[in-house]
Amino acid sequence: MDNFLQYLVSGLSIGSLYSLVAIGLVVIYRSNRILNFAHGDVTTAGTFFAFFMLSSNFSFAVSAVAALVFGALIAMAFYFCILVPAQRRDATQLGQIILTVGLGLILQGAVQYFGGTEPQSFPFPLSEYIVYKIGVVSLSQLSLGTLAASLLSCFLFYLLVQKTRLGLAMRATSENLPAAQTLGIPTRRILAISWGLAAGLGVVAGLFLAPALLLDPFFMLEPFLKGFAAAILGGLNSLPGAIVGGLILGVAEALTGGFVSIAFKNSLAFIVIILVLLVRPEGLLGEEFKERV
Amino acid sequence: MDLIESYREELQLIRKPWTRAWVGAVVSALILLPFYAPQHLTYIATIICIYAVGVQGQNILIGYTGQISFGQAGFLAIGAYTFGHLIRVGIPWPLALLGAGITAGLFGLIVGFPSLRLKGPYLAIATMGFGIAVYQIFANSELLSGGRMGLAIPKISPIFGISKITFNYYFNFAIALLFTLASYNIISSYMGRAFIAIRDNDIAAEVVGVNLTRYKLLSFAISSFYTGVQGGLYSLLIGHLEPNMFTFMETITLFVAVIIGGLASVEGSIMGAAFVILVPQLLSSYRELVPVIFGVTILIILIFEPMGLSGRWMKTRLYLRNWPFR
Repeated sequence: MDNFLQYLVSGLSIGSLYSLVAIGLVVIYRSNRILNFAHGDVTTAGTFFAFFMLSSNFSFAVSAVAALVFGALIAMAFYFCILVPAQRRDATQLGQIILTVGLGLILQGAVQYFGGTEPQSFPFPLSEYIVYKIGVVSLSQLSLGTLAASLLSCFLFYLLVQKTRLGLAMRATSENLPAAQTLGIPTRRILAISWGLAAGLGVVAGLFLAPALLLDPFFMLEPFLKGFAAAILGGLNSLPGAIVGGLILGVAEALTGGFVSIAFKNSLAFIVIILVLLVRPEGLLGEEFKERV
Repeated sequence: MDLIESYREELQLIRKPWTRAWVGAVVSALILLPFYAPQHLTYIATIICIYAVGVQGQNILIGYTGQISFGQAGFLAIGAYTFGHLIRVGIPWPLALLGAGITAGLFGLIVGFPSLRLKGPYLAIATMGFGIAVYQIFANSELLSGGRMGLAIPKISPIFGISKITFNYYFNFAIALLFTLASYNIISSYMGRAFIAIRDNDIAAEVVGVNLTRYKLLSFAISSFYTGVQGGLYSLLIGHLEPNMFTFMETITLFVAVIIGGLASVEGSIMGAAFVILVPQLLSSYRELVPVIFGVTILIILIFEPMGLSGRWMKTRLYLRNWPFR
């Protein structure tokens, strides 16, 4: 039982990061109908930017904010400079997905070029080795911080989407693009902001994952794929689904790793993807999609 | 311009004497390659031949049938390991190669089943999940992957006393030629028409009598068969297998080859295969830049030339044919 609680809590901590990645994917899927295959690479680029800032002796807060802005700028630049021209030339949905694959490759190469391929340790103010004991559960400072930061980001994002005019415009744009345009919503700007926000949330996840994993150009691949799994599990067009999916996936992974086998832990996400898509493609909280001829 | 009067004429691969001349010239130049090209060039051409097989298969699936797949590395791994294990228990190589293709094709059928319900992005994720799951199964299972040392594969010894590199080249060139002819024939047959109809509008295709279930699954099976054979050929050339050869990056490489070569084009697949092999070779001292070049090429191609290299090639030919008029 004690073990179970322990796995539950550490699963929630890592799952909350998957939620952040998943939210980024879902925001973009909802508003553009694009799967963003570059999400992991944008996140990696942002985290590396923070790493460079830290190496040139900026404080952590400044570096973290700069990294968020940097990631958001890359995503917005991609939207304005590449996606919009492609859409003007009637790019298909497949074509737009491939464009994000292309962006991902470019960023991956750039990160390898500037950051090197050697794994580096990421200086972080919270430590993995200071452990608090709460009842029977012991929790490191890092995972506590992770849980707090990602829940806070989720909450802020929720407020933004549900309670502000910007959020209303974002919801309207993703609900029905031509109607939103007719109503005078600057949809292009709103979509660019969605891209920026998605990348920003991803970079938050990257910043908290970097100290736990080591920082190298591919460190986000696995969390990114798991974010994908989480988004599918919750439903690709449901924001609450992304959070729930991430938490469930994190807990399920921790429990599998603890009670079944460690080797099986990483494959779980992909089995989840395939099973969910076969049984209930719209996900736990997503709406069922219908197609009209 | 091309007036086709009968179905027989439609089935012909080459319709004009001029086309026959230059296709003949290209093929004979390729046959004579080992005599005038340096050895490392021959070796690179061998790898291009191997990749061309897999890229054609993926093009049948992605370009002609319009099903996005990110599971290529999985099929490659299945093909390569099936081939490796079969040849290690003493089965002759033609049967082992066929076995590799068929096993990959069967897995393609299994992965194809979700494609009956899923479309576009969802299918992309499902296949991606399959590809990575296969990699992880091989990486975690010593029985399948041959453990830490990898799986060693005995090579075929050259016949007629020609050098190893020349032999490998002819061996793979012949197989690639066979598969190229096969894909041309698939495309111009009823099956290929059905694939294209499914891509353009699957509901309309079903209405006019294309059996969606059968042809979607068939497309998956054929493309995985090609990819499995590529895996087998590659393992035979390298003579050594380890799971790290089949990561998600390998999927991306094949996918990039399909896109850059041109969707729905057999010549394009060969050009795409040549592109993804030649670029890393030319930039061997700047390894980090390879993904950047791939990425930039994808962006340029999708925005300015959605038909890829083969589209550019067709336009050049049209321009030359009509020259000096435009």
